[in-house]
Amino acid sequence: MELETPSGNLFGYTGARAHQSGQDAVVFVHGTGMDHTVWVLPSRYFAHHGYNVLALDLPAHGRSQGKPAATIDAMADAVIEAMAAANISRAALVGHSMGSLVALNAAARYPDYARSLVLIGSTAPMGVHPDMLRYAADNDHGVVDMLTYWGYSKAAQLGGSETPGLWMAGNTLRLLERAADDLIHIDLAACKEYDTGLSHAEAVACPTLFILGERDIMTPVRSAEKLISAVTKARVCVLEGSGHSLMMERPDALLDALISIV
Amino acid sequence: MSKIKTFGFDTLSLHAGQRPDPTTGARATPIYQTASYVFKSPDHAASLFNAERAGHVYSRITNPTTAVLEERISALEGGVGAIATASGQAACHLAIATLLGAGDHIVSSRSLYGGTHNLLEYTLPRFGISTTFVDPRDADAFAAAITPKTRLLFGETLGNPGLEVLNIPTISELAHAHGLPLMIDSTFTTPYLCQPFTLGADIIFHSATKFLSGHGVIIGGLVVDSGSFDWAASGKFPTLTEPYAGFHNMNFVEEFGPAAFITRARKEGIRDFGACMSPTTAFQVLQGMETLPLRMQRHVTNTRAIVEFLATHEAVEWVSYPERPDHPDHELAKKLLPKGCGAVFSFGIKGGREAGQRFISRVELLSHLANVGDAKSLVIHPASTTHHRMDAKALAAAGISEGLIRLSVGLEDPQDLVEDLDRALRASQKD
Repeated sequence: MELETPSGNLFGYTGARAHQSGQDAVVFVHGTGMDHTVWVLPSRYFAHHGYNVLALDLPAHGRSQGKPAATIDAMADAVIEAMAAANISRAALVGHSMGSLVALNAAARYPDYARSLVLIGSTAPMGVHPDMLRYAADNDHGVVDMLTYWGYSKAAQLGGSETPGLWMAGNTLRLLERAADDLIHIDLAACKEYDTGLSHAEAVACPTLFILGERDIMTPVRSAEKLISAVTKARVCVLEGSGHSLMMERPDALLDALISIV
Repeated sequence: MSKIKTFGFDTLSLHAGQRPDPTTGARATPIYQTASYVFKSPDHAASLFNAERAGHVYSRITNPTTAVLEERISALEGGVGAIATASGQAACHLAIATLLGAGDHIVSSRSLYGGTHNLLEYTLPRFGISTTFVDPRDADAFAAAITPKTRLLFGETLGNPGLEVLNIPTISELAHAHGLPLMIDSTFTTPYLCQPFTLGADIIFHSATKFLSGHGVIIGGLVVDSGSFDWAASGKFPTLTEPYAGFHNMNFVEEFGPAAFITRARKEGIRDFGACMSPTTAFQVLQGMETLPLRMQRHVTNTRAIVEFLATHEAVEWVSYPERPDHPDHELAKKLLPKGCGAVFSFGIKGGREAGQRFISRVELLSHLANVGDAKSLVIHPASTTHHRMDAKALAAAGISEGLIRLSVGLEDPQDLVEDLDRALRASQKD
């Protein structure tokens, strides 16, 4: 659905089903340089199981227009604006990687909008490798390579997709290659500079689920411990064998975890 | 080239798409010889049917063994996904039928495998899809043939039978300037010798019957999606950008992004046309692909030895192989095919049709049959077999001389092949 917001005209994927009045909502927020297509399976599932789904393309990502949001605060504002434009007053906020910081930020600063919170592949503060930032600043393909291959467990770099016939790394490479110039750098810089994650975590009042990848080298399970401790009502689900790209590597287990809280 | 260390081609040839079987620990890819799969619950079934969960429903559409092969070829080609089909012809048809409909048009190289030529020239027009054939060396001819109804440009990495090297970077640039994808038949080169996606192609298909499986024991095909073509920006592909009533108004570009084409091909084409690959065939192709790099290296070195031998043989009029300086595409081949120009080539025998027949009747190690890409060396004389109804004039129009012999060089000791060829060539010159 097209959404007119102060951040620009944004796009939100509804899971191939129009919103119905009176249904609970689920809002998905993607990671660096990505878009709503990373949520296609859970979006379709929840949309066909009685929820209004909004898998948002953040400003300047995917099909959304507008200027890129340069901070996690601004991205969270855009999410809330999009929810308002979609007549969603309260939702399960689900974010992956950078999107998890956005969801965390939104749940802390706009608590009335958050029915529950799901942080996938998350940690705070979220360090960014200097080479990654350097390549991103130069719009060098190296940043796409790093985000892709570091984003998968070693095993998943050899495939074994649960979606038959899909080469996971290839799909991620192509998706990131579609990002406009400078967008990945803006996203990565926003992650690096977001230094209020722990205080925001302390402010989160809704039930919260962390879904982490056992073999994630970008946001390792161990690195999330402080963030988890800061959230009052936190539950943790570690998906065995998965790297950072949990939606691609373990879509079925991820969906089951989401169902347990959404 | 990736800026960080990733798995190399040889490793991917062995491992891509497969992990040890989680149930049994089997290291080799198991053959999941089953038609269908038990659902965990009614909701699980509904979720699988409605693309809400990943998994298998019915082996015409997906199968765990076949899926390994699909991932492996995607990894080796650098694509986003693939579909294994019953034959190379089925792969070609699946790709075309996913994108085109009645009224649409293709611009194709005229140097094609005969089966592909039949499909484009005679069969698809019955369904409203027309093709203009052009000289594969003439980019201007490709451009001139494009009309508002054109939806696809097509060629082979190495044309048949002249081994014209398609200038994929130039033709893909032309295609993209017109908002069109370029599809490549990469059967003769395999991803070991050429990766057309890195040169700008958008869709690849293979006859897996040939070098990929490599042992002449199966019939199969593969279609691979680069994930690079911008279907939405093109505006010419409603099958991908508009809701599809045949799958609950699924919009493939909106929902699957880079994997839009291959997802539509699976949700519609392989489901409805049904030309799927069997899991046993997929297993055999996978076995072949494990040694693809090694075999292709040997195919090429053997071919070079045979080409060198034939080029100076007194019974041979000419040898056509792009690595030879006298081949029209020699310079382009050095650029696009640095590892070699494959193992299929033609030469002309002195004495025309009769000499060709005598040669064929005297080869003993090489097998006289209609196939290429076997581990064993193969030979055919088109004027006395596939094109035997044509006179000299008609053959010339098809780019085939009466004395043309096509070889598919296998993995035997090259000296044994040389001796067999030499004996047959000498015999061919005796009345």
